[in-house]
Amino acid sequence: MAMKPVTFTLNTEAKAAFTEDGQNLLDFLRRGAGDLSPKYGCGQGTCGACTVLVDGEPHLSCLVLAETVQGRRVETTAGLGQARPHALQEAFMERFAAQCGYCTPGMLMSAKALLDRNPRPSREEVIEAIAGNLCRCTGYEPIIAAILDVAEGRIRA
Amino acid sequence: MALHRGRGFAAINYPIGMNLGGDPSQALIHSNPDGKFTVALSAIDLGQGMKSVTRQIAAETLGVPVEDVYVDTADSDTGPHDMGSFASRGTHRMGNAVIMAAREARAVMLEAAAEELEVDASDLVTDGRGNIHVRGAPGRSITTLAAAQAAQFKQGRTIAGRGIFLIPLSDVDPDTGEMTPVSTFAHAAMLVEVEVDDETGEVTVTDMKSAYEVGRALNPRLVEQQLRGGAWMGMSHAAWETTEPYYPQRDHGPVDFNTYLMPGPGDLAPHHISILERPAEDGPYGGKGPGEMCANPVLPAVVNAIYDAVGVRIDELPATPEKILRGLKAQGGAKPKKRL
Repeated sequence: MAMKPVTFTLNTEAKAAFTEDGQNLLDFLRRGAGDLSPKYGCGQGTCGACTVLVDGEPHLSCLVLAETVQGRRVETTAGLGQARPHALQEAFMERFAAQCGYCTPGMLMSAKALLDRNPRPSREEVIEAIAGNLCRCTGYEPIIAAILDVAEGRIRA
Repeated sequence: MALHRGRGFAAINYPIGMNLGGDPSQALIHSNPDGKFTVALSAIDLGQGMKSVTRQIAAETLGVPVEDVYVDTADSDTGPHDMGSFASRGTHRMGNAVIMAAREARAVMLEAAAEELEVDASDLVTDGRGNIHVRGAPGRSITTLAAAQAAQFKQGRTIAGRGIFLIPLSDVDPDTGEMTPVSTFAHAAMLVEVEVDDETGEVTVTDMKSAYEVGRALNPRLVEQQLRGGAWMGMSHAAWETTEPYYPQRDHGPVDFNTYLMPGPGDLAPHHISILERPAEDGPYGGKGPGEMCANPVLPAVVNAIYDAVGVRIDELPATPEKILRGLKAQGGAKPKKRL
C-alpha cells in the first residue's frame, strides 16, 4: 500500500504524517496524527461524532479522504481551550450538556463552526447546525441552551 | 385532512434495583498520605453522574470536603464487586455501600486524631472543611491531613473502610407467589400533548409536563439532566424507535442511523419538570434513583394522547405513522374523544 506524506495545520500546529491510500481523515487524525479527540461513531456520516473543521467548515472526517487536507487547516476539539476552557466548553459544563460525552467533540465543532460564521444565531439556526450530530443522553435541549448561552453573551471565555 | 390535538396522562412507579438475586454492591475506601480519600468501586458511570454522587456521599459521611474524595471505578479487575449500572440501582445500592465503608474509615480517622489530641474519639467532630476538633472546643483541632499522616507514618494504622449493601434474596411463597422483589420505588406522573396528522399519520409531541418523585435529589442538577434526557428517550421510544418494525418478521429492520429513527434537536417538545423529594428510609441520605423511570411515563402518556386526539388505540410501540393510518382506516377516520 502506497504511503503518502500530508502536511497540514492541526489546530495551531504544523503537522506532517503519512497517509495510506484511501485512508479517511478520521483514521488519519487518530492513528497518523495522534489526535484522539474526534470520535468514531458510525463510520458512514450519520452520527456526527467525528465532526472536524477543515478551513473553518464542518466536515464529517470519516467521509473525507485524508490526502485532501494537504496544505489546509484542520481544527479538532483538542485545539479548543488549550490555555483555558473555550466559551463553548464552559457553557457545556454549566448546562450539563454532556453525559457519556461521546457526541461532545462533534457537537463542540459543529457549534464552533456555526458561531465562527454567525456569532448571533437564532435557536433555529443552532438546531440546524447540530442536526447532523446524534446525542443519546441529553435530549439535546441542554446542548442548544449551552450554544445559545455563548451566542447571546451569557457565557464568555 | 386535519391536525388533531390530544392530551394523555400516565402515572408509574418504578422499582429501584432487583434483589431477587440479592443485588449487592461493594465499596472500599482508604485515606492517602495527602489526607485525601480514594473510593474504590466497580459501579459504572455511564454519564449519569455516579462518580459525582459517590463523592458527595463519601464526603458527607467521612466529614471531609468533597474535593478530598477521589473515585476510582469501572475496572472490575481491581475494584470490589458490583452488580452493575442497571435497574436504576446505582445511587441506592452503591450509595449505601459507600456510607458503610465511609463510616468505618471515619471511625479509624477519628481514632488516629484522638491519639494525637490525647482525647477520646467519641468527643471528636468533623467540620467538613478538613478539620477534626474536640466537640465544643474548636481550638483543640487537627487537620484530616495531619491525622492521616500520623496514622500512616507514626501510629501504623490504616484509615480504611469496607462497605457492602445486600438485600437478602427474596423467597417466593409457593402457595401465594408472594415475594419482596424490590426495596424502594420511585414514582412519576406525566401529562403529554400531541398533534396527530390524520393525512400522514405523524405524531408530534408538543408539550410534556412531569412530576418525578425520586427520594432526596442528592444532586438536583444531575437529577434534572437525567429526567430531561430520559424523557426525550421515552418520547423517542413512544413514536419513533424500533429495531423490529414487523416483529416477528425481520423485514425492514433498521441497520444504521439512516434507518433507525430518533427525534433530533428540531423535534423537541418543551418539558416542564417538577422534582418531588420524599427521602427514602433505606436510601443513602434518602436518595432513590431517577434512571430508567425518566423514560417510562412518556410512552403510555403519548399513547393515551393519541387516543384522545383521534380515537386510535395503539397497543404496539412505537406509534408509527403506518400504525396510526391503519387505525384511522379501520375506524373510518379520526374520532376525537369528547373533552371533559
